[in-house]
Amino acid sequence: MIKNKSEYLINRHDNQYEVVIGLEVHAQVTSESKLFSTSATKFGAEPNTQVSLVDAAFPGMLPVINEYCVKQAIKTGIGLKAKINKRSVFDRKNYFYADLPQGYQISQFKDPIVGEGKVILDMPDGQKEVGIERLHLEQDAGKSIHDLDPKNTFVDLNRSGVALMEIVSKPDLRSPDEVNAYIKKLRSIMRYLGTCDGNMQEGSLRADVNVSVRKKGSKDFGTRCEIKNVNSIKFMQMAIEYEANRQVDLIEDGQTIDQETRLFDTKKNETRSMRSKEDAHDYRYFPDPDLLPLEVSDDFIENLKSEIPELPDEKKKRFIEKFKLSPYEANILVSDIETSNYFENVIKKSDVKLATNWIIGELFAALNEKNLEITESPISAGNLSKLINLIKDGTISGKIAKTVFEQMMEGDKDPKKIVEEKGLKQESDPKALEALIDKVIDDNRDKATEYKSGKVKLFGFFVGQVMKVSGGKANPQLVNEILKKKL
Amino acid sequence: MSDITKQSLSELVENIKSKKLSSSEVTKAFVERSEKSKELNAYITEDYANALNKAKKFDEKPNLDLKLPGIPMAVKDLFCTRDLKTTAGSKILNNFVPTYESTVTQNIWNEGAILMGKLNCDEFAMGSSNETSFFGNVQNPIDKNLVPGGSSGGSSSAVAAQLTPITIGTDTGGSIRQPASFTGTVGLKPTYGSCSRYGIVAFASSLDQAGPMAQNVKDCALLQQVISTYDEKDSTSIDFKRNEYSKELTKDIKGKKIGIPKEYRVDGMPKEIEELWKKGIEYAKDCGAEIIDISLPHTNYALPTYYIVAPAEASSNLARYDGVKYGFRAEGENLIDMYEKTRSEGFGAEVQRRIMIGTYVLSSGYYDAYYLKAQKVRKLIKNDFDDAYKKVDAILTPSTPSSAFKIGEKTNDPVSMYLNDIFTVPVNLAGLPGISIPAGHDAKGYPLGLQIIGKAFDEQNILNIAYAMEEKINFKNNITDWWIK
Repeated sequence: MIKNKSEYLINRHDNQYEVVIGLEVHAQVTSESKLFSTSATKFGAEPNTQVSLVDAAFPGMLPVINEYCVKQAIKTGIGLKAKINKRSVFDRKNYFYADLPQGYQISQFKDPIVGEGKVILDMPDGQKEVGIERLHLEQDAGKSIHDLDPKNTFVDLNRSGVALMEIVSKPDLRSPDEVNAYIKKLRSIMRYLGTCDGNMQEGSLRADVNVSVRKKGSKDFGTRCEIKNVNSIKFMQMAIEYEANRQVDLIEDGQTIDQETRLFDTKKNETRSMRSKEDAHDYRYFPDPDLLPLEVSDDFIENLKSEIPELPDEKKKRFIEKFKLSPYEANILVSDIETSNYFENVIKKSDVKLATNWIIGELFAALNEKNLEITESPISAGNLSKLINLIKDGTISGKIAKTVFEQMMEGDKDPKKIVEEKGLKQESDPKALEALIDKVIDDNRDKATEYKSGKVKLFGFFVGQVMKVSGGKANPQLVNEILKKKL
Repeated sequence: MSDITKQSLSELVENIKSKKLSSSEVTKAFVERSEKSKELNAYITEDYANALNKAKKFDEKPNLDLKLPGIPMAVKDLFCTRDLKTTAGSKILNNFVPTYESTVTQNIWNEGAILMGKLNCDEFAMGSSNETSFFGNVQNPIDKNLVPGGSSGGSSSAVAAQLTPITIGTDTGGSIRQPASFTGTVGLKPTYGSCSRYGIVAFASSLDQAGPMAQNVKDCALLQQVISTYDEKDSTSIDFKRNEYSKELTKDIKGKKIGIPKEYRVDGMPKEIEELWKKGIEYAKDCGAEIIDISLPHTNYALPTYYIVAPAEASSNLARYDGVKYGFRAEGENLIDMYEKTRSEGFGAEVQRRIMIGTYVLSSGYYDAYYLKAQKVRKLIKNDFDDAYKKVDAILTPSTPSSAFKIGEKTNDPVSMYLNDIFTVPVNLAGLPGISIPAGHDAKGYPLGLQIIGKAFDEQNILNIAYAMEEKINFKNNITDWWIK
């Protein structure tokens, strides 16, 4: 039997438990204005400066759907290979809270805009398909700020009415690693599409995590708990780990799991009960009578399809087929649209293999060290391309290239200029190299004799000496060839 | 010129256009009469000084091409008016001053009319007698201690008493037509989607519709022409070709087929209503119309359907009045306590009753049995009308099952109060236009109205029928100015 390497199981005594996870991701739609009003959506604005009369639910104010947000949701649906529903309905989800001015959230309950779809995950032991249950559009609420005043709560309505896509997965995920891969893939697809910036620090992407456990091999689902509003992948993984173990402990202890909503305490690394099923809100969903059912035509959907760029799965396939990249390399390069754009710009005029290695190796390490995104890279794609060409045509060695690269990281300088200014050009003249090598052999007569008598390991010593004397500029390949002859 | 306030809108417009009257003279006349009529309690907010100023300004540079040049007008206090308190008849909005204007009122001011003040109404338009208003009862000018109908009771009283030449109301289940019927005036509920709901305090979004109230059909048509516009700010506003209702108004209704629905002969209907209806049929025949018996088989279910759909929507629409952002707030120990105190003290009994009914019918476990079923019945009711309109051009019914009743007579019996809407509610459920015109008096001398229901977007046709019948009926309202000392 082939053992699934990434299988995530919780062991207790003689029992093995499988963890079943489903995610409800709330992704903020990239849009200048809100779902039902014309207010701006810019992050970080002064509190209550991006609030219209509609957002603040003044008497007689009415919602008007923002067509752009509808397009964004449909595009996302297309990106998730999902069914687009030509007719969808906005419902009111009724509950009272200080940051919910209308006293209801406009959402889609029975008839969402997007139906079933799928997301492909690249796991270490192969691909995994995760089902998408649905995607619907809804309004965000405002923000309650409880810690500015000992007695009062402050409310910021800037976020009130901002468009969100709630993307509900099927309970297909089985481990924190898969959750990590799923969120990253979802984020990547939406960033390719330009439908959500995926910025988790700014709250553009958050998730409710549904977790249950069952004995390995069982076909029935266990009772699930929903962990509300987790806003980083790390916290999602921690919450799942804690929650799954908590549930297993309960089962092992002969107790039952209550279906409930739980909160993840990031400081204590634990989940705790927020409300039980009995206390669950009755949201009294009903179709919003202020809005007609949303109907889109086939043409409308087809037009949007024509606007869909090449997505990560297709791009990966192309990179492997056309550029002969390994699946591992392709995965890394397509994971982010900016990285793949950068890569494609570099290889326009330079060697693919070298470009792949330099981007995945040196560039990522250097960016990581400086905590920069690829879009903030001090080295432009054009200049990296030039550097690679200098290596390829033998102007500089790989080792010198690293020195040049370091200098390029300090500011986007032309590598040719750096090489010229610092005299780093590789020495590839056989005559000049011969002279150098003769001198090195001459200076190390005793070692040359040892080499000739069979101590072949000393070859490396001579290469090193030549490189040292040349200041690292000697063409290593030629040095090897000439040395072999001379020794 | 004497008796300015006795003039119809059309006469006033004519006299201002021909410079026989200035806006100031007209406005002053209506302001003075309004001031002498405080006992009717038709106004919630008076804005007379501003009105007189605006009239003066109008006269300095009169634009006589407008449809309502310098005409003063008071409007129902459900329409948000910029910088003037808008209460919806409720304590919870007692201090609310909008920074914006409803589309319907904006259309009116754009045509040169001048706001005189805000008229009393049932709280959030929930009522049939104006008795649920936080600002007190309104007197019907027909007789002391008689309700003016509701919810547009301040509007009907003000038009009948000639405190305003015309006005606008809103009609969710009969709130324009029933008070018009009770006060001997004309009230039109347009097709759903004809007048924008933007800036109107919402009661039940799928039923609410603004409409004109006037002394006669012609004035009603003129005002309808002004207020009915397509509005992108209201997603349920409909972009259809609107007639020039007053210009196209005609008394020639020869050959029009008018349906008489047998289901409207309800049990226990007073004899005088039955007789009024018969008389109406004769008038219609006299005008050259053809009378056809029709059936609207689901009529019986209209009232229960309405009293599920309307409260359901209201319970959600009124959730925004929570004391957090604007309006009345009662202090509380915490958020929930503040909500409970604010809403218990801020809303009156009838509003609370409907919020509770609405919350109940939308609750999980009851939704299918009530709300969903009501929506299905609503569809059947609409189908009834669609079927009927294959045979007829319009439908004639009484407006109400009785004449106006005494203040306090029905306040302790909500169901008997709800029965007032029995003839008007189906029209809202089907989204159709309906007009009430005064057609006679009962034994007590109180006015009675007839309702003409039209096809969707066919306001012109029912206005024409009403215009023709109005001439035959030749109704005279008997108003004695009893309240003026």
